Amino acid sequence: MADFLQQVVSGLASGGIYGSLALALVLIHRATGVINFAQGEMATFSTYILWTLTANHGWPYWPAFAVTLLVSFAGGIGIHELVIRPVERGSVLRIVIVTIGLLLLINGAMTWIWTGEVRYVQGPFPTRTIDVGGVAVSLQDIGTIAVSIGTVGLLWLFFQFTKVGLAMRAAAVNPAEARLVGVRVTWMLGLGWGLAAVLGAVSGMLTAPSAILDPTMMQVVLIYAFAAAVLGGIDSPVGAVVGGLLIGVGLNLLGAYVDFIGSALQLPAALAIILIVLMVRPAGIFGRREVKKI
Amino acid sequence: MSALLELKGVEARYGAVQALRGVTLEVPEGSIVAVLGANGAGKTTALRAVSGTVRRTGEIFFAGKPLRGGPESVARAGIAHVPEGRGTFTDLSVQENLKLGAYTRRDRGLGSDIARMAEYFPWISERGDQRAGTLSGGEQQMLALARALMGRPRLLMLDEPSLGLAPMIVREIFRIVRELNEKNGLTVLVVEQDARIALDVAASAYVLEVGQVVVSGPSSELRENEAVRRSYLGY
Repeated sequence: MADFLQQVVSGLASGGIYGSLALALVLIHRATGVINFAQGEMATFSTYILWTLTANHGWPYWPAFAVTLLVSFAGGIGIHELVIRPVERGSVLRIVIVTIGLLLLINGAMTWIWTGEVRYVQGPFPTRTIDVGGVAVSLQDIGTIAVSIGTVGLLWLFFQFTKVGLAMRAAAVNPAEARLVGVRVTWMLGLGWGLAAVLGAVSGMLTAPSAILDPTMMQVVLIYAFAAAVLGGIDSPVGAVVGGLLIGVGLNLLGAYVDFIGSALQLPAALAIILIVLMVRPAGIFGRREVKKI
Repeated sequence: MSALLELKGVEARYGAVQALRGVTLEVPEGSIVAVLGANGAGKTTALRAVSGTVRRTGEIFFAGKPLRGGPESVARAGIAHVPEGRGTFTDLSVQENLKLGAYTRRDRGLGSDIARMAEYFPWISERGDQRAGTLSGGEQQMLALARALMGRPRLLMLDEPSLGLAPMIVREIFRIVRELNEKNGLTVLVVEQDARIALDVAASAYVLEVGQVVVSGPSSELRENEAVRRSYLGY
């Protein structure tokens, strides 16, 4: 039992990371209507900024964390303005191809700036475990859960209770109507990209301490995030987070208790989840089926 | 009375179809003006030309200044456009719809304005958290109107407020529009297929046919006009 709970907690920690990145995908999908294939590389890039500040310039962790978020926010807005906006009115396929191009571009830029050499990012939380009712829980897991859920919570408050948050939701669900009430929709879409970049940065920075930082660090995490977003419903922010937690815990348990899966088959398992959801319930758990009027 | 809104030779097209062929009209400050006409006469396009949701040529003046830019700028200038077919954010709640109506405002009078809307439409106060998409057609039209008013516009543009609604609800909506005009001096430009009710509330009207103004004048004159009577009033 103790072992089981331990697996659940560490699954929640990975799930928080998947959920944050999945939420980033959902934000962009709602705003721009496409899956942002570059989301993982954007997150890795942000993590390199953290590494540069902490390891190269000797910054303490949290100020570097905060600055990384700010830079990522500006970067997300910049990407929207420079790369996405010019093709935004084009077909979905065009935008998707642009995000794939962006993936290659950012990946190349990372190798160019930081070389492909592996780096290690020191996490802010101690790696020791504490005893919670007979269950050994790692402090790093608890910290990871707290930061990812905290970020998602703050974002929820922003969308629910601020004027700009409301305007962003309006711009996402009905851009034409939003413009009629005076919302500058293009700015809102840019803001969405900025916030998605922030979420990605959080997921990258939380992934790094238990992984190796190289330009491909988030590629696998992005697949899990896809699975989470698809499972929860690609247009549902709540679904993304719940989907992330479910995938994190589910894969962890599968890996621990189903012998033939182990840790080697977790990625195929995630892909299987994507396939099954798309076949059985394309709208995901929380998504609403789109009704098109003819 | 000076004109709050003035269109001079406005033209607009959708692809190969020319929807407006040089429309000139005036909306005096503090008045209600109706635009009548059959389906496809260009009534909706005329409003869309003003709000900047369709490309147009020709001149449009608002409060004496040329009106430029997209719908965001037009909304900020003080023009509220209630589009055809109940323009509400169906995924958002009634309260959120009202708040969005006041998006361009910077003052803190939001709460009292929502209370004022609840006086016109009492159901609003009980159902603030309901999703707009689950309201009845009439309620959605009222919400669209209330949302437009939340922005405290100088000019309200209504597109076919009667479309698909029961006569009683239509009368109620027009009663409120008239009251806003008489009490608060709100200027209104209304596009309507139901010429009878439109001529009842409006001080003057323009009749559009294939993108051109064919008749215009005070409502009382138009009601006596033989052609208007036969084509649009049906007697």
